[in-house]
Amino acid sequence: MRSNIQAQFRNFGQYGIFVAFVIICLVLAFSTPRFFTISNLMTIGNQVSINALLAFGVTFVIITGGIDLSLGSMVAVTGVVAATFAHPDTYPVVVPIFIGLAAGSAIGAFNGLVITKSKVPPFIVTLGTMTIGRGLALIFSKGRPVSNLSDSFNFIGGGNLFGIPFPIIILIIAFIVCSIILNKTILGRYMYAVGGNEPAARASGIRVNNVKMWVYTICGLLSAMGGILLTSRITTGQPNAGAGFELDAIAAAIIGGTSTSGGTGTMTGTLIGALLIGVISNSLDLLNVTSYYQQVVMGAIIIGAVVLDSMGKEG
Amino acid sequence: MPILQVTNLTKSYSGIKALDNVQLTLQRGEVHALMGENGAGKSTFMKILIGLIDADSGEIFFEGNELKRGGVNNVQRKGISMIHQEILIIPELTVAQNIFLGREKEITSSKTGWLNDDRINSKAKELLEQMGVDISPYIKMKYLSVAQMQMVEIAKAISNDAKVIIMDEPTSAISDKEVSTLFRIIRDLKVKGVAIIYISHKMDEIFKISDTITVLRDGKYIGTKSAAELDNGSLIKMMVGREIESMFPESNTQKGKRVLSVKNLNKKGKFTDINFEVHTGEILGIAGLMGAGRTEVARAIYGLDKLDSGEIYINGEHVKVKSADEAVKKGIGYVSEDRKGLGFIPQMSVLKNMTLASLSNHRQGIFINPKSENTVTEAMVENLKVKSSGVNQKVTHLSGGNQQKVVIGKVLLSSPKVIILDEPTRGVDVGAKFEIYKLIHDLAAKGIAVIMISSELPEILGMSDRILVLSKGKQTAMLSKEEATQELIMKYAVE
Repeated sequence: MRSNIQAQFRNFGQYGIFVAFVIICLVLAFSTPRFFTISNLMTIGNQVSINALLAFGVTFVIITGGIDLSLGSMVAVTGVVAATFAHPDTYPVVVPIFIGLAAGSAIGAFNGLVITKSKVPPFIVTLGTMTIGRGLALIFSKGRPVSNLSDSFNFIGGGNLFGIPFPIIILIIAFIVCSIILNKTILGRYMYAVGGNEPAARASGIRVNNVKMWVYTICGLLSAMGGILLTSRITTGQPNAGAGFELDAIAAAIIGGTSTSGGTGTMTGTLIGALLIGVISNSLDLLNVTSYYQQVVMGAIIIGAVVLDSMGKEG
Repeated sequence: MPILQVTNLTKSYSGIKALDNVQLTLQRGEVHALMGENGAGKSTFMKILIGLIDADSGEIFFEGNELKRGGVNNVQRKGISMIHQEILIIPELTVAQNIFLGREKEITSSKTGWLNDDRINSKAKELLEQMGVDISPYIKMKYLSVAQMQMVEIAKAISNDAKVIIMDEPTSAISDKEVSTLFRIIRDLKVKGVAIIYISHKMDEIFKISDTITVLRDGKYIGTKSAAELDNGSLIKMMVGREIESMFPESNTQKGKRVLSVKNLNKKGKFTDINFEVHTGEILGIAGLMGAGRTEVARAIYGLDKLDSGEIYINGEHVKVKSADEAVKKGIGYVSEDRKGLGFIPQMSVLKNMTLASLSNHRQGIFINPKSENTVTEAMVENLKVKSSGVNQKVTHLSGGNQQKVVIGKVLLSSPKVIILDEPTRGVDVGAKFEIYKLIHDLAAKGIAVIMISSELPEILGMSDRILVLSKGKQTAMLSKEEATQELIMKYAVE
């Protein structure tokens, strides 16, 4: 009985964020006429897409009990690297995409390798990679923005398919794939096990280091997708791009109910977290609230979401 | 006048009565054992006594006055202290700082916020000397053994002028020698008129130390008797409400071919020259005192720790096991003594925990086949008689005995040829213990070679076909079922 009630309370915590999201959207739809228009919704989707991709990646990491602070730097490096190969009349568009994704995966794998081979906590390792990545982005670009990109490359972040912005399509596909990995595959199950109780996972015969390698590599790959998307949208590889993106991504995961102590979290939650952040900043824009206040609101929401979640747990 | 008198105590959670008209009369200078299976209401009762939660109704009289609520601090200040099973200390602070934590001002009669460590240290030293324990007040808590930490907790209770001390399974993680120190301290406390409420699952201890025994079952008060009136059988009958004729089921399994043999296993500082073999259908008991190296041997065979030297053979084939995943593949299963730490994933359901070591059986490409997972788990739950509301219930919502069954089920689903059970009935109540014993016999009957490590001699004697005794990392005897006695095992265990 007691556990039942606790479970319901916890479920409320889980759905609470969804309910909050729907309520905020409804309020905005009635109070701000411009909010609920197709073009504005597309704008939100477009804006949310990069943060959501990074948030999916970091959700995997946080579920295993880790953290990745190098997302923003990976966005910059992969963007710059992709841009270098994306000048018009050089390579077909798949080349910059492939190289960008490979660069992101490689940095992610590097994170995974150091974390599993040393006993250094992920926080510190990825803090280091964050700085290394930023340095690499500046080295590769010689400190200058990489511009003059091909039209086909610029389509990725700026084009429409069937009237839908291409980033939104990428976002939807990534969401589906990430959800399937987490819920339907052995790797996904192992991620929860490692984050829930690492010694027990190891004693159950799970190769914990393999799981972690996968997770950081996938996170790097998703960051690279974010980096390519951003570069394409602003039609420039910016070595200073992506600063602070990691915090928005982590915020989306946490708002969506992923516990920083590991073992719990869902992609749906993270998607809602990212959408919530997007909708709120969009609406504050529409309401002409300055970005200074927006930050205060955003911070309050992060804390509020976690408070809600912890209330469910104490029950 | 009794020091503590509890009458008609009732507490419900969402309509379910956790305590139903419970009573207790505690005299000064008495060791009063509180007995009952897991879920009998002991911990709820104690939580109410120390002010952690409130009762729905009932009276508590302490020294003749009604005990006013007001939280743990208030109750502690009046003189009721509890030594928790999981000891609550600050590891980075010293012994003295821990003892007087939160009372620095009164102890040093300081009016300002300045600390006076000299005063705290000398007070602590005095206290520990009075108890006759050899612990330096200056040492950081994290360097102490579990037993020493317990002594510090008791010192803290004494320094609080405790008139009633509640001890929750104080001997669950300490060695026999340390138990005798603890008992000496308890007897000293008795002489000073302190009353002890003693909670333990270990029968022999209960009869050794307690004067009076109160039994709870399913939240109800069953009775209070003097320890002299009771024996093992009659006490168990009070606890489970029926007679368990023989705790240990009869075995008629024939031992078959050799499954596991280990030769000259060595790990520096842990164990040396360990040699044994186990056959199909056989239960090999491993006995020894705390720190004899039993768990360390098991962990090394299972690949959780590295061996310095030695060979492991399975079905005659020389195998190298460097990690647990290799051990699982070679057909070795391990159920750890540390259920919470190594046994299960707390966030996961019964099903997800059970299939964790054998997910490759349900593999479809990179995906998990949920149907086959479900079928297999349902069958195992049925087979092991796991009491849960369903396979999707969270494992943390089960009782200790059922959690243990889930962990055993997980290992069984990986189809081991040999299974190592490390303290399989630790923290498990009497009824569930019996079921686990039956289960172990079933495993042996199915042709699995079983190794059972246990600190409870009756369990070792009742279950094992052969008994390996370890002492200080060396193997001192291999006894057959026929020749083994408690005395003989102890003789080799202390050798």
